Amino acid sequence: MSTRFLAVISSLLIGLIFIVPGTLLYGQDEHPETEDAHHVTVEAHQDETGHSEAAEEEFDATEYILEHISDSHDWHILTKKDGHHVSVPLPVILYSKHSGLHVFMSSKIAHGHSHDGFQMGHGTIEVINKKGETVEKSLNGKIIEVDEHGALVEAGLPLDFSITKNVFMMMLSVIILLWVFLSLARAYKKMGISEPKGLAGFIEPVIIFIEEDVAIPNIGEEKYMRFMPYLLTVFFFILLNNLMGLIPFFPFGANVTGNIAVTMVLAVITFLITQFSSNKGHWQHVFNTPGVPVWLAPIMIPVELIGLITKPFALMIRLFANITAGHIIVLSLISMIFIFKSIFIAAPSMLMVLFMDMIELLVAFLQAYIFTLLSALFIGMAMPEHHHD
Amino acid sequence: MDLVTPGIGMIFWSTLFFLVLLFILGKFAWPAILLAVKARNESIRHALEAADRAKEEMAQLQADNEKILAEARAERDMLMKEAKEMKDMLIADAKDKAMEEANKLVKSARESIQREKAGALNDMKEQMANLSVDIAEKILRMKLEESKAQKELVHKLINEADLN
Repeated sequence: MSTRFLAVISSLLIGLIFIVPGTLLYGQDEHPETEDAHHVTVEAHQDETGHSEAAEEEFDATEYILEHISDSHDWHILTKKDGHHVSVPLPVILYSKHSGLHVFMSSKIAHGHSHDGFQMGHGTIEVINKKGETVEKSLNGKIIEVDEHGALVEAGLPLDFSITKNVFMMMLSVIILLWVFLSLARAYKKMGISEPKGLAGFIEPVIIFIEEDVAIPNIGEEKYMRFMPYLLTVFFFILLNNLMGLIPFFPFGANVTGNIAVTMVLAVITFLITQFSSNKGHWQHVFNTPGVPVWLAPIMIPVELIGLITKPFALMIRLFANITAGHIIVLSLISMIFIFKSIFIAAPSMLMVLFMDMIELLVAFLQAYIFTLLSALFIGMAMPEHHHD
Repeated sequence: MDLVTPGIGMIFWSTLFFLVLLFILGKFAWPAILLAVKARNESIRHALEAADRAKEEMAQLQADNEKILAEARAERDMLMKEAKEMKDMLIADAKDKAMEEANKLVKSARESIQREKAGALNDMKEQMANLSVDIAEKILRMKLEESKAQKELVHKLINEADLN
């Protein structure tokens, strides 16, 4: 137990070594980027909305932070002094009910350009939702399709399957995970039962930790083996994306595990596994909770059914909120420099960022662990050993 | 709020990527790794058990050795004691026998001496008788001539008898 704990701590420390230089470079990198990026954004706004020049001087921390924690179609690296952007274009894949499937690079629609009628949206539109109410919908960061007159096409927004920043980093994380664990599996086959060396020695304690302290106590000795692949995959997937999200350079730093769609997918998969592996005891617990009088059933059954949904919902929100909040805090601390425009703020701000990054490092492990632990717990709860007496 | 609205593209790609990852790792990586870890743990457990067993056997063996050694020592002591007893017995036996033999010898010697003595006495008695008869004969003969001569004869005869 203690050796496993030590291994986790040491992996934290090794992670720190990677993160510290990265943190120091936040400032260097982001300084020109943020101001000039802002500059350009404001200019782009001017074209469409005619904002005044005065707005250019203000540093909008909210916009800066939201830009960094949300997804984007290209990967902005930096902006040069002359206002020229350096960004990695990513493939845009759109399906429009109006004009079918479109695939092109994001550079085609950068800087307000239009390609085949597609362009980046700005501002808001009013749409009528299913209930017949009129709601405002933001178009920022979304690709819109316009006709020859510049008006939105009737079919609405195209379905966006683009390889965005998040998708790209997730793809990278999947490639890294496949590479690491497939080579690890090969190494294990080769070395037989000799002691783990190198990468295996580093990862094996984590695997054993998941097995002995997460899976077995929650699911039970007989059944846990079926769920180990899911638990391990979800743990390392979340962990790697959390860690990669903390590294502030291309191709890292995207907010994958702080994206509600990603956490939703993971939570839904946990939910599906939980329901499909559930046994009679689980449903008996839902519809006829032992020890509860029958006349309470009209209250208990809805409560239990809501309980089924709230578990994965909490999983989804917890991971999303923790990771996004971490990014927001770090970005806020960096924003302080540009809000105060003072070098004297820079040093304490960097120290705070360093401190936050260390906490985020802990959170990266913690949230991966919690998601895995709760998944195991829910799976275990859905297959009680015997009926309650 | 875009931030909390899941986008269709992200849902699609993360589902696809995650399921592909789960499938490939679940098929090719996790079973191999988990089995290897389990096999190693088993082998370590077996090795530890074997070591424990060996230790126990060793202790058992040592105890056995001690016991055997103690038995051997006891047996040796007993043998020594027996040998000593035997020796003592033999010595005592030999002494008794020697004594008996000696006594027997002494007794037979004594008997033979007795016998010799008795024979010599008988001999002497016979000779004395003969001598007495001779003396008496000669005295009787000389008495007739003179008394002086008789005395001389007696003396002479006695002297003669002493010589015998």
